Amino acid sequence: MPKLVWLIGGEAGFGIREAGVIFAKACSRAGYNVFGHVEYPSLIRGGHNIYQVSVDDEVFCQSRQINLLVALNAETIERHAKELTENGAIIYDSDAVSGASHENNIRSYPIPLSALAKESGGKDIVRNMVAIGASLSYAGLDFSFLEAVLKDEFRGKGQEIVSINLIAARKGYEHASDNFRDDFKFQIKARKMSSNRLVLTGNDAIGIGAIKAGCKFFAGYPMTPISALIHFMSAHAKEFGIVFRNASDEIEAINMAIGASYAGARSMTATSGGGFSLMVEAYGMAGMTETPVVIVEGTRTGPSTGLPTWTEQGDLRFVLHASQGEFPRIVAAPGDASECYYNTVEVFNLSEKYQVPAIILVDRHLAESHMSAEKFKTGERIPGHILKQEQLKRMENYRRFSFSETGISPRSVPGMQGGLFIANSYEHDEYGFYSEDPETVRKMKEKRMRKMESLIDEIPEPVLHGSEDADITLVAWGSTKLPALQAIRMLAKEGIKANLLQIIYMWPFKAERIEKILRNARQTLIAENNQTGQLAGLIREKTGIDIPNKLLKYDGRQFYAEEIADKVKQVLGER
Amino acid sequence: MKIEDFDLGTQARWCPGCADFNIWVTVRQALIELNIQPHELLAVYGIGCHGHMANMLKCYGFESLHGRSLPVAFGAKLANRNLNVIAVAGDGDCYGEGMSHFINTARTNADIALIVHNNMVYGLTTGQASPTSAKGYKSKVTPDGVFDVPVNPIALAISAGATFVSRAFAGNIPHLKQMIAEAIKHRGFALVDVLQPCITYNKINTYEFYYKRVYRLQDENFDTGDKMKAMEKAFEWGDRIPIGIFYREERETYEESFPQLKEKSLFEQGISNVNVDRLMEEFV
Ligand SMILES: Cc1ncc(C[n+]2csc(CCOP(=O)(O)OP(=O)(O)O)c2C)c(N)n1
Repeated sequence: MPKLVWLIGGEAGFGIREAGVIFAKACSRAGYNVFGHVEYPSLIRGGHNIYQVSVDDEVFCQSRQINLLVALNAETIERHAKELTENGAIIYDSDAVSGASHENNIRSYPIPLSALAKESGGKDIVRNMVAIGASLSYAGLDFSFLEAVLKDEFRGKGQEIVSINLIAARKGYEHASDNFRDDFKFQIKARKMSSNRLVLTGNDAIGIGAIKAGCKFFAGYPMTPISALIHFMSAHAKEFGIVFRNASDEIEAINMAIGASYAGARSMTATSGGGFSLMVEAYGMAGMTETPVVIVEGTRTGPSTGLPTWTEQGDLRFVLHASQGEFPRIVAAPGDASECYYNTVEVFNLSEKYQVPAIILVDRHLAESHMSAEKFKTGERIPGHILKQEQLKRMENYRRFSFSETGISPRSVPGMQGGLFIANSYEHDEYGFYSEDPETVRKMKEKRMRKMESLIDEIPEPVLHGSEDADITLVAWGSTKLPALQAIRMLAKEGIKANLLQIIYMWPFKAERIEKILRNARQTLIAENNQTGQLAGLIREKTGIDIPNKLLKYDGRQFYAEEIADKVKQVLGER
Repeated sequence: MKIEDFDLGTQARWCPGCADFNIWVTVRQALIELNIQPHELLAVYGIGCHGHMANMLKCYGFESLHGRSLPVAFGAKLANRNLNVIAVAGDGDCYGEGMSHFINTARTNADIALIVHNNMVYGLTTGQASPTSAKGYKSKVTPDGVFDVPVNPIALAISAGATFVSRAFAGNIPHLKQMIAEAIKHRGFALVDVLQPCITYNKINTYEFYYKRVYRLQDENFDTGDKMKAMEKAFEWGDRIPIGIFYREERETYEESFPQLKEKSLFEQGISNVNVDRLMEEFV
């Protein structure tokens, strides 16, 4: 279990998520790694919301047990007191909640959150800041860490807001320091400050990556869990010379992105499975017309409207095969915030170079959880692959879809002299003219698909995390990487050696290396957040290997590390 | 510039005598009149008989999906606002499958000229009733006649906020050319709804049908600046059918509302070295 696991709960509208992110950042500035996990129903007011922050030298995922619970209402105590470890504590609003139990040596720290909020000159909502102040004191961290975060966080909202929040947090901090301070058993001490750490979600990292990659056009229609990415792109559009379009539906969004890309702007759209269902026809058109476009698909619990605010990895097969006919495509599924950044940059470059549609597949757990990441290395130069006017002038008999050796043909854009062509959703010849000629049809299909041959060499190899020498090799993708890594640490403490094969690129699929790793493994276990083992099926299809042990979870929740560790022990016990 | 400069020299695949030929001719005439070069023009087509113009008109072309010409054209216009962008669509394409794009793109006032080949049938799929087919129109899929009333593209465009709303008749080539040229010239979203007899499938809305009925609004000194009058005219459909400009207004285009497009189009902006370091500061 991490050194400190803190959880705040209350109704939607209490500022739960905001409080969680601020607490996580304060701990990060104190030198720790954090993982921030949010749970909320699909409601704007009411309903039970929580935000959990796990803090340790190394921490990858949410925790099953907690040791500091902040209850802004009674329901939080009812639901979460049972998750407290021995000697855990409950901070509760003595103005709103009548008292907490003392079972299992649980400590209770009543604090007049509402009264202190009022004294700070703020509305009732700043109770959350009083509570964070108190939490920081119990955690044994200096107020300065919180002060710095609050100043940065509220700067844009004006001096008055900054000072109200600071006063509220300080009142909470002082109240806690004066009452029961040394009673709390899970204090952490500040480490050397590391200014190289970020605390961000998959959505945030994809947004930064897209802007770095030169995304110039973004169209989207809001849908959980990628709405925050849409907001991020919209917020930064003007500053970075991006056109953001609040599309009237997903069909418009992707068709606009394709049109913008055809005319020479790197383009992106983002949606969840439901919206992607509407985009499917245009996804195929991007493949047919060889127009680059990057699509973020953030999955939630399906099928249909499903559970909008809960997680699942149920759309892998869908994005691999979506749209009629056969065409080359890229599907990448990053597993943490860093990978969200680097894969987004990479996928933009590959999509443009190979002139294929590309999908970044993230699950809700990755899209919306906050996690620590090293500051991204952002110095990379972004290559361009569109013909220059001078190059085009020198070309004789320019054919946009020429049957080239690599399958990649030179690409002009409208406005250029000598580069006329038809981007045609019908099958076409080298100029783009409609063609039914069997020879042309065959050659054009082969030309397009030939791109996959060099593409597969260019994408990075799948990663084996941990030592080659392991009793068991775990296989995971997307955010399941995170509890899997945590499970490996847990198992190591018990003397069990496990490593993790993480697959990011689902298409094209690096079958050779994956097969080699799996054949060399002493035992294998795949963990997936879906009902049918979609990656397991893909691995079997591509390598012939049927991973014997499958751990599948499909109740809307991502795995806890303990669940994976327990399964490993069960599998190894059966040997 | 000559009319051949816009001719790809390919074999037409329209029925001999199809009014799509007339539209193809007039589009080229209008382009010459406006002195637009082929490489400065992007034409985005839907799927249908009308879309075959993609293989005949010499310019940058995008034969998109059924119903989707407008969002593709709109995206391209935003990426490179220097392009002349036209969308060529069918009535099934634009007023059925792509109806939401029709309304929503009109609202934006993006600088796009939309030419709809309105033949009141699905031509390419062999003559089924379309959203503009008259009530009672019999076809393979409506053996007892169409039960619903037809959509009114002119009234829809006006109410949706299009800033140039016109109708033309493919049998009146000089007038059609004038409408297309005006629409391309217009700064903003411009509709030319072209009454286009389908000589193969539509035995009701024939050349004869229109010759007897159409009259030019501009011959009657119609005031194109009055939205309510335009709306009233939009509902005139019977013994007399008006063609010409129903409504025209100057309004800021969608592209013009982005300060980030003032100096350079998206396509012209450099991407090799975008500095995102300040973005990371939000997340410390
Ligand atoms: C999604 C989709 N649905 C159906 C079709 C089949 N289809 C092709 S053209 C067409 C209708 C054409 O009618 P219209 O748009 O009026 O154009 P016209 O052929 O009359 O010019 C249909 C239904 C298609 N290509 N795509």
